[in-house]
Amino acid sequence: MAPTTKAAGDGSGLTEMSWDPITRIVGSLGIHTKIDFKQKRVAECYSTSSVFRGYSVFMRGKDPRDAHFITSRICGICGDNHATCSVYTQNMAYGVKPPHLGEWIINLGESAEFMFDHNIFQENLVGVDYCEKMVRETNPGVWELARRTEAPHAGDHGYRTIADIMSSLNPIEGEFYREALQVSRYTREMFCLMEGRHVHPSTLYPGGVGTIASVQLFTDYLSRLMRYVEFMKRVVPLHDDLFDFFYEALPGYEEVGRRRVLLGCWGAFNDPDHCDFTYRNMTDWGRKMFVTPGIIVDGKLVTNDLTEINLGIRILLGSSYYQDWADQEKFVTHDPLGNPIDARHPWNQHTIPAPQKRDFADKYSWVMSPRWFDGKEHLALDTGGGPIARLWSTALSGLVDTPYVKATGHSVVIDLPRSLTRPEARFEWRIPKWSNALERNRARTYFQAYTAAMALHFAEQALEEVRAGRTRTWEKFEVPDESIGVGFTEAVRGVLSHHMVIRDGKIANYHPYPPTPWNASTRDSYGTPGPYEDAVQNTPIFEENPPETFKGIDIMRTVRSFDPCLPCGVHMYVGDGKTVRTEHVPTGLSGLAG
Amino acid sequence: MGFEPMTPGLDEVHILWTSEGMSCDGDTVSVTAATLPSLEDVVLGAIPGLPKVHLHNKVLAYETGDDFMAAFHQAARDELGPFIFVVEGSIPNENINGDGYWSAMGNDPETGEPITVNEWIDRLAPKAWAVVAIGTCAAYGGIHAMAGNPTGCMGLADYLGWDFRSAGGLPIVNVPGCPVQPDNFMETLLWVLHQAAGLAPPIPLDEQLRPTWLFGKTVHEGCDRGSYYEQGDFAKDYNSPKCQVKVGCWGPVVNCNVTKRGWMDGVGGCPNVGGICIGCTMPGFPDKFMPFMDEPPGGTVSSALMGVYGPFIRTLRSLTNITANKEPKWRHNEDALTSGYDPHWTGRK
Repeated sequence: MAPTTKAAGDGSGLTEMSWDPITRIVGSLGIHTKIDFKQKRVAECYSTSSVFRGYSVFMRGKDPRDAHFITSRICGICGDNHATCSVYTQNMAYGVKPPHLGEWIINLGESAEFMFDHNIFQENLVGVDYCEKMVRETNPGVWELARRTEAPHAGDHGYRTIADIMSSLNPIEGEFYREALQVSRYTREMFCLMEGRHVHPSTLYPGGVGTIASVQLFTDYLSRLMRYVEFMKRVVPLHDDLFDFFYEALPGYEEVGRRRVLLGCWGAFNDPDHCDFTYRNMTDWGRKMFVTPGIIVDGKLVTNDLTEINLGIRILLGSSYYQDWADQEKFVTHDPLGNPIDARHPWNQHTIPAPQKRDFADKYSWVMSPRWFDGKEHLALDTGGGPIARLWSTALSGLVDTPYVKATGHSVVIDLPRSLTRPEARFEWRIPKWSNALERNRARTYFQAYTAAMALHFAEQALEEVRAGRTRTWEKFEVPDESIGVGFTEAVRGVLSHHMVIRDGKIANYHPYPPTPWNASTRDSYGTPGPYEDAVQNTPIFEENPPETFKGIDIMRTVRSFDPCLPCGVHMYVGDGKTVRTEHVPTGLSGLAG
Repeated sequence: MGFEPMTPGLDEVHILWTSEGMSCDGDTVSVTAATLPSLEDVVLGAIPGLPKVHLHNKVLAYETGDDFMAAFHQAARDELGPFIFVVEGSIPNENINGDGYWSAMGNDPETGEPITVNEWIDRLAPKAWAVVAIGTCAAYGGIHAMAGNPTGCMGLADYLGWDFRSAGGLPIVNVPGCPVQPDNFMETLLWVLHQAAGLAPPIPLDEQLRPTWLFGKTVHEGCDRGSYYEQGDFAKDYNSPKCQVKVGCWGPVVNCNVTKRGWMDGVGGCPNVGGICIGCTMPGFPDKFMPFMDEPPGGTVSSALMGVYGPFIRTLRSLTNITANKEPKWRHNEDALTSGYDPHWTGRK
């Protein structure tokens, strides 16, 4: 397991710093740290979120058919992932299987979401951490080296030096920054073709979609998709060049944001030939998904069985502003296969908010602590922002086999066809040596190519349905009086599950678990830190600035590599070399200086 | 110009944008989709007559943490200069949670505790040249203010008062939508900026403080499925391209322009592309529209009426349509011309 909290090794010169709010992410996040400038490392980290809205509370008693409309509003950049996951959950609860075409349309919509979201985040949010302005302010030496370093793939992307790439990422002024904004628009148009509007879909329903499946619909999508395919042939080599350069420029940079390989992926894109949305067959149809579910511990695939994954989910408290529900009623004692369901499982969770003062020694966040129980330990899984876990899991399982994407057991091979001005291209994502900031970011770019390639396959399948005259997109259903459902998918940032319980035809319990609660979770009841906390705590500092002008760029790169999706902040206190006793857990990080 | 500007024109203006109301940041994300105009058009000064704009938005800001918060603190101390205050997300009730907080942005340098978004509104709204509520949450409370919610949240006008006036003399400007339609917001912002520059009269708002030219019509009035309605021809399920009023669409009674405008550059929408209108721009959203997939009660009566004469109209139209689908008989490849051509025709018999 990850190390427990500890103060600086030599007990002197720790500087408390916090950043609040963390910008260029979605939502509200605060990162509070103690930095040992002597050893150039982060000694402690606390992740906090300062917004509570209470979906699981106000959804109780509502009509279950409203769930996807409501839960979409959980997130303003990946709400459609929630709507999709909710629709999957409802399909299970109502016992309905949509027509094939409805499923292909959802896959195409969700593909466009990945293409849009990863692109805007990578180039317009995280990209700024690697832009000229930032690098000059944090590592002038690296900037000088970048000016002298020819980009190995200049022929593919058109930027002669690494510095040219960095300059093109400058906010608003940078040429590539602005191009990416435009790309984020036509990819959203692709999304709207399939799901009506972004980010909260209008055409998704349990039982399928209301989208009119015409030849025009898929032509409009395909034409834009091929523009994106062409774009990705430049972007994959561009980011390979940029990230490889950091390893070269700053030896040891692989340690930034590195943590133990503890990755989770719940699978994405159902195959309508296999998926019937029954719990009974979930293990089988889960393995047929076009992104394979899996849990990876220290590089080994522990399971790719969605039923097993489901049974292992635990929601722990410890540092969060909630009352425990240990004394509350259990909604679900056994799953439909007869397996016992734990009291700490989302099906049995009660959300009881308990707002209180923030205290880093006790309760300090609105985020809970989801964990996966492997029978011995409660693992603090992360998603690495989503793509790294998806590619890793898909690669290891070796199950995905389509004309454009193939999993090999040790890699994922992506084949992009000829486009307007470029020949076909093959990209191979190989399992990296580390789960760290740079590899999370690199995987994001590769997954953009993965999704574009997959979307070609989905579009071909959909057109085949249309040409054969099978144009129904929706199947009717009845809402049962008593039922349960679970939906698994991959949101852009990683694992997403929705657990629903229906009683008397109404929602009795509904708990969505998006990726960020896993990644941004706090120290749990066993004292295990969450992934951000753990990854930041191990991060060495490469920034050239002294404490007075320190920007914390390596910490920011670490946190943003996870693509946070909640309000998050880190504010900064430059103490005067305050000593912290090693046996003492601090009672509050900010404010000690004042 | 045909009006008196309320204040001398501003050369420079800051936009202080908080999405730390109870939001999903969806309105910020939505605005990055706008092209008419785009965010970069406004920031880079591509539109004539605008003041120089400094945007302070968490999702896009270069600065982070205290560096990002500096502008908010300066504005609270009257040191920033003129600013427009954009609020995203519902405003929680902070009177009901003891020592805790529902929603906060940044931390108090003295205590280290979070500063609630309500505190920021108290500090900044009275000093702002204009106050804009983006999205239905900030305008009216929205989804987070649903029955049974634990936070007691509300819209900005509920919090500040519906008769609130900004330092520039404006009422709160509400741009509802869940999320906001991208170009609707940018167009509204453009008006406010032109007004700030002294180039436009006060922005016209309705009683719910919405821009009249964007929210004056209903979804149904702009819906290309409306013609099915007048023919009494209704979708019975979600496979149909016909009017969805019997399967949950509230379009006839909802103020929104998405069916007319599309979602992005004319692409997408709601009932025009098969997605029932759930009333997401309205003060009554979501409670007055749930369960979303049930037929709206008012729809039953009107669609029954349409069911009487609609089929008759449809029959007549289909007869005319049969005629209109046939070419006139003089179009042929025969030996004789039968078009009625007369080389000596003069207009007199």
